[in-house]
Amino acid sequence: MKRTQSIIGAISAVLLVMLTGCGSDSATPTSSTSAPAGGTLTVYAAASLKQTFTDIGEQFKTDNPGWKVDFTFAGSSDLVTQLTQGAKGDVFASADTKNMDKAATAGLLAGDPVNFASNTLAIVVAPGNPKQVTSFADLNKPGVTVVVCAPQVPCGSATEKVEQATKVTLNPVSEESSVTDVLNKVTTGQADAGLVYITDALGAGDKVAKVDFPEAAAAVNTYPIGVLKTAADAAAAHEFVDLVTGEAGQKILSQAGFAKP
Amino acid sequence: MTRSAGLPRWLYLPAAAGAIFVVLPLVAVAVKVDWSQFWTLITSRSSVTALELSLRTAAISTAMCIVLGVPMALVLARNDSRWVRWTRPLILLPLVLPPVVGGIALLYAFGRLGLLGRYLDAAGIQIAFTTTAVVLAQTFVSLPFLVIAIEGAARTAGADYDVVAATLGARPTTVWWRVSLPLLAPGLASGAVLAFARSLGEFGATLTFAGSREGVTRTLPLEIYLQRESDADAAVALSLLLVVVAAVVVIGVGSRALKPGGAGGW
Repeated sequence: MKRTQSIIGAISAVLLVMLTGCGSDSATPTSSTSAPAGGTLTVYAAASLKQTFTDIGEQFKTDNPGWKVDFTFAGSSDLVTQLTQGAKGDVFASADTKNMDKAATAGLLAGDPVNFASNTLAIVVAPGNPKQVTSFADLNKPGVTVVVCAPQVPCGSATEKVEQATKVTLNPVSEESSVTDVLNKVTTGQADAGLVYITDALGAGDKVAKVDFPEAAAAVNTYPIGVLKTAADAAAAHEFVDLVTGEAGQKILSQAGFAKP
Repeated sequence: MTRSAGLPRWLYLPAAAGAIFVVLPLVAVAVKVDWSQFWTLITSRSSVTALELSLRTAAISTAMCIVLGVPMALVLARNDSRWVRWTRPLILLPLVLPPVVGGIALLYAFGRLGLLGRYLDAAGIQIAFTTTAVVLAQTFVSLPFLVIAIEGAARTAGADYDVVAATLGARPTTVWWRVSLPLLAPGLASGAVLAFARSLGEFGATLTFAGSREGVTRTLPLEIYLQRESDADAAVALSLLLVVVAAVVVIGVGSRALKPGGAGGW
């Protein structure tokens, strides 16, 4: 009997360790034991901000010695879901106002969000543009396979707006659920052309060629950022937001192709 | 009573914990479903199209798995040459590969610029963004499940009857149809069920390799992933639908065949 109990004890101990071990990497901002002028800032940011926000995070660490910045990059709607399900963080940056509104409605925000950048669509084609796509209407040329985002995701609703503005209805071979999947289909040569954000097109470097088109102005995606109610150190969270909206942050963003909001 | 004889009682605690761990998330999905909207959500045009595509492609993939997998399993079980022994882990690799890796691998094999795909493309055969791509992805991930099930059954059954049939004068092909195959029927059933269920749930490889277009490549898991972006209720309802379809397949067709080893349970 005694042996039985000790085995049960051992099993539950192992389970506990496993469970707590799994949980240790979750967002626990600013532990109370750390020095007042330091801690960890947890930022939830849209996947398209990965490069720029990582750079801004480095800047934040330089400006505020003793601070660390933890990022969670994912699709904006995924992030809102995680936050409503109880994930704790300090700052949330969304790739569209729709998802920021969702966060506001769910009561996640402390104060009003600020718009800090905007992004528009661009056409990406294989390097050298072999199918000679030079305008939005060219995407409907025979023999050109086009991949776009599905209307359910932000880049897809932007695509729909451009279609309405140009009165050109595309016939895509695939409607992907993320802009990265669209880009990937073009970089791997599966599709001839795709509609992605300018920043994605620039981020892909020489693996694709970018074709701008004037009608992209019909669908400007605005990026808002806000401080979360769960922020452990609201002052630090506001400081991060100020960095993003300030000169240093805006420079990093514009270098990546983001426009002013 | 007699079944549990000999099992130490403490074993039931982790066993029960494991069972709860598996069942609880499924219950959570059922609880979360907006039942007043359930029927409307799962009978929407896009849902029905996706379900139909899923069932159709999973059925074709299972058939492909049987046609290719049964001979593969037999060769693996009966041929002990070094070459075959070295090939075995390679063939079973998709079993442990993350599906997205499978998708990338398929892309560079059958994609438009792929190893084989470029010649197919030159010959006017397009695989990318077609239902064929979905079937290829599903077959790729499901085939090892079927091969393992049948190989196990073939090893259990042994080659004795085949040898006897051969000494009585039956040709190899006759032995194959009249002796080997009937002995493998139980393993075949469990393997086919596993392959069908795996095909039905295929997501990563399809998303990476086939794309997503309604009625062509957007299977039920892809539809769920997409709906989640805009309509969480629809995603939950469709998830439950997929759980129910999978449960019907596994419980209805396969529970007897899915007994360990496959062979003993029919």
